Amino acid sequence: MSNLQTRRECATDRAVFGTMPCRGRHLSRVRNTGMQRQMLGIGFFGAVFAIGLTSVTAMAAGTEMLDVEKDELTFGFIKLTDMAPLAVAYENGYFEDEGLYVTLEPQANWKVLLDGVITGQLDGAHMLAGQPLAATIGYGTEAHIVTPFSMDLNGNGITVSNAVWELMKPGIPKDDDGRPVHPISAEALKPVVESYASQGKPFNMGMVFPVSTHNYELRYWLAAGGLNPGFYSPSDTSGQIDADVLLSVTPPPQMPATLEAGTILGYCVGEPWNQAAVQKGIGVPVITDYELWKNNPEKVFGLTKAFTEENPETTKAIVKALIRAAMWLDENDNANRMEAVEMLARSEYVGADAEIIAASMTGTFEYEKGDVRDVPDFNVFFRHDATYPFYSDAIWYLTQMRRWGQIAEHRPDSWYEETARSVYLPEIYLEAAALLVGEGYASADDFPLDSDGYREPTSEFIDGIKWDGKTPNAYLESLEIGLKEASPMAGS
Amino acid sequence: MSTNSASITTPSAPFGDRVRRGIDRVAGGVDAVGFGWLLPIVRLIAGASPREQLVELRQRVAIPLLGITLFLAAWALLAPTVQTSLGAIPGPAAVWEQLGEVRADHVREREKEVAFHERQEARNSKLVAEGRADKVKVRDYTGKPTYVDQIFTSLKTVMLGFIIATMIAIPIGVASGLSRTFNGAINPLVQIFKPVSPLAWLPIVTMIVSAAYSSPIAGFPKALVISAVTVTLCSLWPTLINTALGVASVDKDLMNVGRVLRLPTWKTITRIVMPSAMPLIFTGLRLSLGVGWMVLIAAEMLAQNPGLGKFVWDEFQNGSSDSLARIMLAVITIGLIGFLLDRIMFALQKAFTFSANR
Repeated sequence: MSNLQTRRECATDRAVFGTMPCRGRHLSRVRNTGMQRQMLGIGFFGAVFAIGLTSVTAMAAGTEMLDVEKDELTFGFIKLTDMAPLAVAYENGYFEDEGLYVTLEPQANWKVLLDGVITGQLDGAHMLAGQPLAATIGYGTEAHIVTPFSMDLNGNGITVSNAVWELMKPGIPKDDDGRPVHPISAEALKPVVESYASQGKPFNMGMVFPVSTHNYELRYWLAAGGLNPGFYSPSDTSGQIDADVLLSVTPPPQMPATLEAGTILGYCVGEPWNQAAVQKGIGVPVITDYELWKNNPEKVFGLTKAFTEENPETTKAIVKALIRAAMWLDENDNANRMEAVEMLARSEYVGADAEIIAASMTGTFEYEKGDVRDVPDFNVFFRHDATYPFYSDAIWYLTQMRRWGQIAEHRPDSWYEETARSVYLPEIYLEAAALLVGEGYASADDFPLDSDGYREPTSEFIDGIKWDGKTPNAYLESLEIGLKEASPMAGS
Repeated sequence: MSTNSASITTPSAPFGDRVRRGIDRVAGGVDAVGFGWLLPIVRLIAGASPREQLVELRQRVAIPLLGITLFLAAWALLAPTVQTSLGAIPGPAAVWEQLGEVRADHVREREKEVAFHERQEARNSKLVAEGRADKVKVRDYTGKPTYVDQIFTSLKTVMLGFIIATMIAIPIGVASGLSRTFNGAINPLVQIFKPVSPLAWLPIVTMIVSAAYSSPIAGFPKALVISAVTVTLCSLWPTLINTALGVASVDKDLMNVGRVLRLPTWKTITRIVMPSAMPLIFTGLRLSLGVGWMVLIAAEMLAQNPGLGKFVWDEFQNGSSDSLARIMLAVITIGLIGFLLDRIMFALQKAFTFSANR
């Protein structure tokens, strides 16, 4: 079966791209792979891509707009720098090229945004990677939300207040220039938390939503340093059971204010709120999520399943426009980033000062005031297959939900896979990618066509623990702090 | 009418005489719309005696101008001394600069809209030329509302709320003024609901409007209706109370005339009651509009109606270094518009009521 499919791809490639060495490339791929599932996955996705390509080449030359079912769309977003693909797709006319007339509406907080998508007031939205998953499994409001497009990788940071930083600093090793060595582990925070506990004071930190990437990253960081960030249980949804550090929800724009007021002593949030804190002198970012887990999934573009079923052409058109926007953002080694910064600095998008946005989007990141380091991949929009919705990314978030008790019972590996497959839709992504390749906006090399939907297993975490998307339960067992298969229910 | 318009006519100018008499005639109306301070200047130009007009000028122009200048100077001096996390409090210069920025944004957005329509035209004509006229699409521009759009949205909302409030309050007020029984019945309700703040009404109004107004009419989206209804609930009380008071205090002799002539109730109301009660009714309307305008800004912030209240809220949330200056600009704009609305009501009042001076 696989041989037949690869030959069909070969023929199509040759038809479209002229001379393409068929034999060596495709057939050697068949020879090298071992697992049945991988071959099936490759075959399936390759076929989808090939079918997409053949349909495009069969059409008349020139960009033919898809026959979209619904062309007046409203998308929601939260004022964070990683809504950039939406802004770029609108301002550069990519949505219009697809025949879509889009209104971008900023939302007050993540809950309002999610409710807007569920009730249909918003056709789609810039969402946290965990939101479609949590909604589909029924944690919070239940709704089948899906995503065919991952908006970016990385882009978050953990900031602590000036007072806490002063207490942490002595315990952090310094390099030859006297600057703190990064990444800073939460072990440096541990003595501070303990001193607060001995004085009877609670140690509060903020994150943006119970199923946000920020929540799981903050918890990962704390747990890797030996601090317990608290558990959830069906009866207690505060997430603070047995916690050394108490985590609570604060909307991103209010975080610097609450940090200044002392209500929280640190937070994990996306940009521009970490750079804003350091530039206004109210806090110090200690770690970015790039150092926590290199190239971790962050935001996705979420739609209801019903929308994608009723409007398949529209969904493809949206993904096409967003892929083009992501490519523009990472083009030529981030050459367009300054233009993107100017765009985002307008009050209808992010509205923060251009300098603060540029501090994280143009290849650097400022930790302590004046301590600017090179972090070229702080925001990744297209490189490293950032836009492909990998199942393994979905499964990582599901494992973290289980780790902290938001998923109350142990689940078999197959459950993780099924849930990921029902929420993340790489099929739609690949169809859109094929159309773009056919129209000449991208080349086939830009897309991970031979992926089975799982990223390669990686250990690039701050604590070096290996993550393999195909064995979620084994991963959970390997994490020190967190619920295991045999754990009693948290809080019982 | 200004009493010192009995200006000493210079012997030379019958034309000047006519001009001065003309000015005197319109003086009342001009005064009513708030341009009374122009009158001494115009009279000076027309050749009236300088001394009297200069006294007028001092009172009407110089002193207010002095007050405003002193305020601006105090603001410019004191503002940089207060540092907040959003930077120092902006002085008048920064706010003036933001006025320019806001205008530039507006111009830019309008240009984008024109470009959008041009692109759409080009696309559609290309489709028609290719013989695919069925694919022609005409869509509205989807850009953000500019500052000017937001001002008009706020005005539209407050007008809607005010009109609904007037239509409810005046009939109830009239009934309440004419009938002691009715007054006794509704009085406790009025007294209880009068002090309720708009922010307390807003969640209830949101729920009810969301349920009852599920398919919005074009031009009146849900957020606008929610804000308008909140404005109504807070601003109908002054009109109601003043109408009731005005109607109740109609001269008894006039009522007796009506009874003697056996006028039907409707004629009593329209011929006797309403004209007498007009001054108080208009006072109520003016107060209502003032309260409504104040309430509107708060309601818009919470209901996210795209008006001036939302502008202030968005700027606050953005937290950029321009934000405070823009918020102050919005504050001044809100004040100026409120003043204008009040002046319009005052002018209408002068036009429609009989006062002792006429």
